Formats: sequence, structure tokens, C-alpha cells
Amino acid sequence: MTAGVDARVVVSRPGFELDVRLSVEPGEVLAVLGPNGAGKSTLLSVLAGLLRPTDPGSHVRLGDRTVTAAGVHVPPHRRGVGLLAQQALLFPHLSALANVAFGPRSRGRPRREAEATARDLLAAVDAAELADRRPAQLSGGQQQRVALARALAAEPGLLLLDEPLAALDVDAAPAMRSLLRRVIRGSGQTAVLVTHSALDAVVLSDRVVVLTAGRIVEQGPTREVVAHPRSPFTARIAGLDLVPGTACPGGLRTADGQVVSGRGAALVEGEPAVAVFPPSAVAVYAAAPQGSPRNVLAVRLAAVEPHGDVVRLRAAARPGGPSWVDGLAADVTPAAVADLALEPGADLWFVVKATEVGVHAATAGVPAARHGPSAPIVSLSRSPTPP
Amino acid sequence: MTDTTSRRRATQAVALPTLLWVPAAVGFALIALPVVGLALRVDWARLPELLLSEAALSALRLSLITAAISTALCILLGGPLAVVLARGRLPGMRFLRSIVLLPLVLPPVVGGLALLFLLGRRGLVGAQLDLWFGITIPFTTAAVVLAQTFVALPFLVVSVEGALRTAGQRYEAVAATLGAAPGYAFRRVTVPLVLPGLLSGAILGFARCLGEFGATIAFAGSLEGATRTLPLLVYLERETDVDAAVALSLLLVVVAVIVIAVARPRSGEGLA
Repeated sequence: MTAGVDARVVVSRPGFELDVRLSVEPGEVLAVLGPNGAGKSTLLSVLAGLLRPTDPGSHVRLGDRTVTAAGVHVPPHRRGVGLLAQQALLFPHLSALANVAFGPRSRGRPRREAEATARDLLAAVDAAELADRRPAQLSGGQQQRVALARALAAEPGLLLLDEPLAALDVDAAPAMRSLLRRVIRGSGQTAVLVTHSALDAVVLSDRVVVLTAGRIVEQGPTREVVAHPRSPFTARIAGLDLVPGTACPGGLRTADGQVVSGRGAALVEGEPAVAVFPPSAVAVYAAAPQGSPRNVLAVRLAAVEPHGDVVRLRAAARPGGPSWVDGLAADVTPAAVADLALEPGADLWFVVKATEVGVHAATAGVPAARHGPSAPIVSLSRSPTPP
Repeated sequence: MTDTTSRRRATQAVALPTLLWVPAAVGFALIALPVVGLALRVDWARLPELLLSEAALSALRLSLITAAISTALCILLGGPLAVVLARGRLPGMRFLRSIVLLPLVLPPVVGGLALLFLLGRRGLVGAQLDLWFGITIPFTTAAVVLAQTFVALPFLVVSVEGALRTAGQRYEAVAATLGAAPGYAFRRVTVPLVLPGLLSGAILGFARCLGEFGATIAFAGSLEGATRTLPLLVYLERETDVDAAVALSLLLVVVAVIVIAVARPRSGEGLA
């Protein structure tokens, strides 16, 4: 049922043009990152068939079916493209079970059969006990879980996720994120995820395209793009520090055996995982610090990049030191740069509190390649905003 | 004891400005006191006799039947009209909407005259109806129904259109992505979503039909058993037997209170 996608979408409106070419392999999850107004939602609407592209050169192919092209417009209800939006939008007059059964019922499946499917899917999203409740009796997180089950019940060839975590409160979002990961990745569902959050992209997607003002400005394997952003926008919203390894009690163990302390949920020991923290959570010391922080990383300063009103320091491995620190970023104030008399080549300590480090199950398959010791490190010349 | 206290809603913490209470009380009195005055004027001893008179029963029956038919017509015509106004894409939709709202602001007697000049024997359409089919509408029960429908239709349209706009098209879009064809989505999603609005609109429309006077007397006249509805009978009796007029008025008040009691909880619920 799950299908690949090949699309070129051109939509022109006064003052705005979206011109995007993208493809998604069957079973792949593609994240679309971008600022507000970049055209992300327009892109999803075209894929779902809710909007027709203005340019006749546009096309959308799902598997071997052409659903959008010059003179071709398959209506949304015949596309097999599911949508999970920011708002759950459960039908308020139907129980959770009837909401999930809606897709199968609308394609003519008998009630009993549709409800059996719905019960299975509610169980799959840990909402079996909510079957008889009305949406008004469910919390935001519960509603979103039911909405996910409802979208999957329609057996979409392509599932569109439009900021599915953005409206959830901070307690519900992590649980929904791991649920999405489990369900979507577990079933090999082809999906396009629109998000503002680099973390969502890291946890859920294989590949990222970054959309700015209607154009793709950057794309590549998720971890590559998030850890080493090339465009100013990606650097601002993504630019997360990532450390790959395997899950272990209290955090993550890197390939060379070092433990990065952090907090994670529902991790299986020994499974591939990634530790994630924002560069702003990294404190920088010129001498090895004493104190409570668990994660003290010996690095050599590779580059100093201006980054808005802060300065981003890029780390490289010290000779003989762990190679995985290569490329890690730390954000400090310009004053700190002056105080520490920082210049490339200096030996520093990057310090991160364990509470700032999230440990997440890594995307299945081979971890994205990272820069090896011999690969060029991020340098001033690749800075997103050259001085 | 604990049961009643636990059921009580949390008291409002922010007090109302004291000054608001005075005009609010005057406004309330303006609505409530006349009804009290009416109730005090009722000749309770003669009440059963007055209400059970043949003229009164006939008028009541006519009022209920015509109001029910008019309300059904409002649903049949006003429901689709509301969908078109809320969802249709026609040029000049705003102009169309203001026309539909006209009966709300027009004096009903003007509406009745307008109907007469359209459907009367020499009217634009009435002349043709008379010539081709021998049908005459004015001063018949059908005229009563048309007059009531004319004045009540906007209530239903406004209510349903409001419900449609509140619900938006997001739910229909979701239904489509789940594989629901437009007809199925309309039946299973749109109609249930606007049902509370449709019900409250229908009940308000029914109440408006029951109270209709101006358009009815202009277009349908006041013929006992055919077009003399309760409000018309009240007006007529006021000249000859004030006690009868008061008793019938009380009956209309009771019917109105019942309508409000039935309609209120639904209209308050709205769309969650």
C-alpha cells in the first residue's frame, strides 16, 4: 500500500512562489523544515489534492499513479494520501472508535469489519481504552493519538504530517514523538513531515529538505543537515549537536565507549540512539572544570562563526581524542570569546548538563555518515553568515 | 450536602462593574414586567371557557399547523440556501446574503404587501398562476404559510450558516483525506456538525411563525378557520372582548416560554 512520491510543485500567488521538486522512496520519511510562509503547508495541500498547482508543469506521482499533472487532478478522497495536522480535528459528534472507523467505512467496508480495524489501530496507538469517548472528553495528546490511528486506518499510500506535535503541551509531545516514530517507522509508512523542530526531524525522518521562500535551499540525510547546517535558516532552527551511539543506562554510549549522560524515554539498551542537545546548552571552559555537569568533552576549537547575536564555536577532535566531538557546536556571547581569547586551534572543554541532553532512538538503518577525522572540518569559509 | 457543593461551579472571581446593574435591571424589567401585567389582568374564572371557545381552538389549531408547515419549508429551503451562502463561490454573494436577511429588518406588513403584489390576482406571478392553473393564493391558508415562511426563513439561514462557518471546511478536508467522497462527507460530517444550529434555527423560526401578524394580515387576511391565526384573533378580540384577548395572549406567552425552554440548551451547546 505504501508508495513512493515524485513531485514537482509550482504554485504562484501574488508575492509568493513555491517551486519545489522532491521525491520520497517507498517507506522513507522526508522532513520538510522551513520558516513560516516558506510554503510548507501549500506543498502538503498540493500533495493531498486540496490545492491545485498553478503551473501546468507541476506533477505529483504516487507510486505509478499520476494524481496531479496538466489536466489531471485526482480529488483528495481518491488519492490515498492521509493527513495528520497540528490540530487533531476529530469529528466532534463521533466517538474515538467511530472516528478511526470513518476511513474504512467511507470506502464501503462493513461496520463490524471497520470497527475491528479501528480497535486494532487504537490499541496500536495506546488508546484502546478511549474507544467509546467523545473527542471533547480527550486531552490534546489523546486526541492526536486517535487522529493518528484514524489517518492510518484509511491505509494511505502517503501520510502527510503537518506539524503534528506543535499544538501539544510539553508533557504530551515527547510521548507522541516516540509513538509516531514507533508506528510510522515500524510500519514502513511513506511520510512527509512538516516541522519547525530539528528534533522531530532527527527522531522521525531519514532525509530533510529545507524550504525557504518557496525554494529548497538545502537537503540531505537528516543528521547531516541538522548537525552541519549550510543555510542560515537551518543553522538557526536546526544546528543541533548530535552524538550517535547506542542506548545505555543513564544515556548513550559512543562507539569508543564513552558515556554521554542524558535523559531519554522508552529506549532499549544496546539499540542505536542519538544524543541531542542545542549548542546554547554547551558551556565552554579553557581549563577542565570541576562540578556537577556529567558531560565534559575535550575538544580543539576548529572555527568561530558569528551567529546572530551570539558566536558559534565549532569543535574538532583533539589528536588522539574521541573523533565524535568533531563538528559539535557551542553558542557563547561575543564577550566570552574575548575573555577566553579564543582562536582556532585552542584546546577547550565543552560542558553539557545531563538535563540538557535528550537521548532518542536513532533512525533505523545505518547511522548517517559523519565527518571522519580526515574530512574537512567546518571552517569560517563555510560559515552561514560570513563576517 | 457534599454532592450539591461539588456540583456547584467555581464562583466568578472578577466582579462586574456596579454601574452595569442599574440599566441591566431596567432592561430586564422592561421585558418581564409587561408579562406580569398581562398575567395579573387575566380573568382566571373565565379562562377555561375563553380558551376552549370554538374561535380560540380553531385559531390555535391553525397557528400550530401553519407554523409547523412553515418551519418544515424553512428547513427544506433554508438549509440548502445556508450551505450555498456559506460554501458557494458565486459573484455577488454578499449582495445575495443581504437580500436573504431583508425579512429580518423589513416591517412584516411591508413583506405581506410585497407578497400580495407578487402573488395576488394581478401580481407578477399570481396573474399567471390564476390564468394557467386557476390557483389563487392570497387570503388562503397557503398564504398564511408563505407569509410565515417569508419572515422566518432568515432565522434558520443565519443560524445554519453560522454553524457552517464556525465548523469551517477543515472537517470536510479531513474526511476527504480519509477517502470520503463529497456526498458521504456531507452526510456523515457536515450535517451532524450543523445539526445543533439547524435545530435552534428551526425552533426560533417556529416561534417567529407562531407570532407572525403583519405579513399574514396583509397577505392572507383574517378569515376564521382559514387564515385567522392566534395573533390575529388576539388583535380582533381586543376590540370586543378584552378578557378573551388577554387569555389568548397568555396562551401565546406559555407557548413562547415552552419554545425557549426547548431551544435554549441546544443553542447554548453549539459546536465544541
